[in-house]
Amino acid sequence: MELWEIILESLQTLSLNKLRTGLAMLGIVIGIGSVIALISLGQSTQQSVQSQIQALGSNLLTIFPGSQNQGVVRGAAGGQTTLTYDDAKAIMTSSQITDVANVAPQVGRREQITGGSSNTNTQVLGVTDAYAQVTNTSVSMGSFISSQDVDSLGRVAVLGPQVVSDLFGAGSNPVGQSIRINKISFRVIGVTVSKGGTGFANRDDVVYVPLTTAQQQLLGIDYVNSISVSVKSANLMTDAENQIGYLLLARHKISDPTKADFSIISQSDILNFASQTTGVFTALLSGIAAISLLVGGIGIMNIMLVTVTERIREIGLRKALGAKKKTIITQFLTEAIILTFAGGVLGMVLGIALSLLISNIISLPFTLSFGAIVLAIVVSGAIGILFGWYPAKRAADLSPIEALRYE
Amino acid sequence: MKQNSAIQITHISKIYKTAYIETVALDNVTFSIDKSEFVAIMGPSGSGKSTLMHILGALDTPTSGSYILDGQKVENLSDDELAEIRNKKIGFVFQAFNLLPRITVLQNVVLPMQYAGIPKPERLERAEKYLKMVGLTHRMHHTSNQISGGQQQRVAIARALVLNPAILLADEPTGNIATAQAEEIMAIFQELNDSGHTVIMITHEPDIAAHSKRVIHLRDGKIITDEKNRNRKLVKRTNIID
Repeated sequence: MELWEIILESLQTLSLNKLRTGLAMLGIVIGIGSVIALISLGQSTQQSVQSQIQALGSNLLTIFPGSQNQGVVRGAAGGQTTLTYDDAKAIMTSSQITDVANVAPQVGRREQITGGSSNTNTQVLGVTDAYAQVTNTSVSMGSFISSQDVDSLGRVAVLGPQVVSDLFGAGSNPVGQSIRINKISFRVIGVTVSKGGTGFANRDDVVYVPLTTAQQQLLGIDYVNSISVSVKSANLMTDAENQIGYLLLARHKISDPTKADFSIISQSDILNFASQTTGVFTALLSGIAAISLLVGGIGIMNIMLVTVTERIREIGLRKALGAKKKTIITQFLTEAIILTFAGGVLGMVLGIALSLLISNIISLPFTLSFGAIVLAIVVSGAIGILFGWYPAKRAADLSPIEALRYE
Repeated sequence: MKQNSAIQITHISKIYKTAYIETVALDNVTFSIDKSEFVAIMGPSGSGKSTLMHILGALDTPTSGSYILDGQKVENLSDDELAEIRNKKIGFVFQAFNLLPRITVLQNVVLPMQYAGIPKPERLERAEKYLKMVGLTHRMHHTSNQISGGQQQRVAIARALVLNPAILLADEPTGNIATAQAEEIMAIFQELNDSGHTVIMITHEPDIAAHSKRVIHLRDGKIITDEKNRNRKLVKRTNIID
């Protein structure tokens, strides 16, 4: 008997018992569907986090005060006071440092801001003019903080689009208006381009003021919270990290590098960390989905075993009429594979639909994981063979006499 | 070996063993059936006639002895080799018809030809030819559970004949059908036998055995009589279109 005939016959058999076929497929549909949906969602999350981190600027090093290994108790990063504006200037101007393009020190704190006819609570960042280049920030209206603003302690502010819409209404032009931060009046000189992002990475809900103004008039401090450094090119990152490290150690008069009172974190460190986190997340989701796939496979085996029992007489007859073991195995295996394969395709559609739906609801970029689809097809085929084999073998091993007598 | 033997069985024994007892189902049975014979094998239940039918039908192998079917040794073949023998050399007619219920009459008749690898156009041609012979052309596209018992058995006969087997082996072929239709089946068997087919029929009904040319009686696994049927009952087909 040729394979295409067996396939046709299997299709006929399956279509003659639609309820059973449907129920058998349901397990696989749900299994494959959830695998694809969860893997796609995991990857969307990963990509979204990565793109948010990358939006901060590539070739970026960030220097935080405080050591990463300071005794037993580790302070919160940025909680220390060991970095200063002068450190930032030194990194920019030192002759020992050759690979650095720009240096942007910053301070920040959440403040209550009033302006227009309303008020909001948002992140106030004290920055220098270099911040715009280092973090790829540009303005849609007006201009960014200039070096003169920093030098002269100018009371000027650049608003993120979220703050504009909170204070003045979406789309309005606040340039020239004034806002009050901590009861001090600032003149709005620009609005940044929307960068999107959510939660900690929402870079639209922010107010930029000159670093010096923030230090002296808003916060009353002489240190900076962090220094962002843009390196000339990505392959100079390690060199730049070393150069900055030596310079700061010397400036802070520390001879043992393990006792450094600052830490330098590169963009790739953050990216790796984030990928690891989301990777674990994806793996966890996939694990759950894999369990449902396994349950679906056992469901198929169950149905196939029932089918074999139900059709013992038929198998006996087919063997009496000359069907060889191989033919019987192929027949039952084909039925199982068609079941799982059809289930796999339906599950794929379901999974894609689900991930589209969910990524729409929680506004993630929709990623169709090609790998997940290949995985789904391979896995559903494998399940068909794996869980179809045993019932098929049982059917083929039946003695024709016993099978024909079976009631 | 006689050239015109369809079946030669020599010293065939079949012993079933369980953990505690041995049951001798066939005890040193020897006989031969020539081509174009019409033999009825009779016996009460437990006489070994089912076991003999299984061995003749290559559904089972004997414990000892030799079985030559159509010039080919059949004892001690593998499962797949037996399947091929059943496919090519034996046409089965069962008491319970054993048609596949959900597919059409035509597909049922085509089934053995699929296993034999007959090309598709030829399958249909042959299936139609034999369905015409048993008078069921008009039921060809019905599923087999839509037709009567007698009709189902005629489909089974058509199915048994499509590969032109060496023997037609019928196991209680009229056990499940009404008398009038049973006569029709017997008429078909006689017609087939007249045209040269070897027919072997296992039955416990003397009325049915009466249609054969030769009757073998079994009891306790042994042949007790093997004789020509001198009062053969001849029937003609009524050719009622049903």
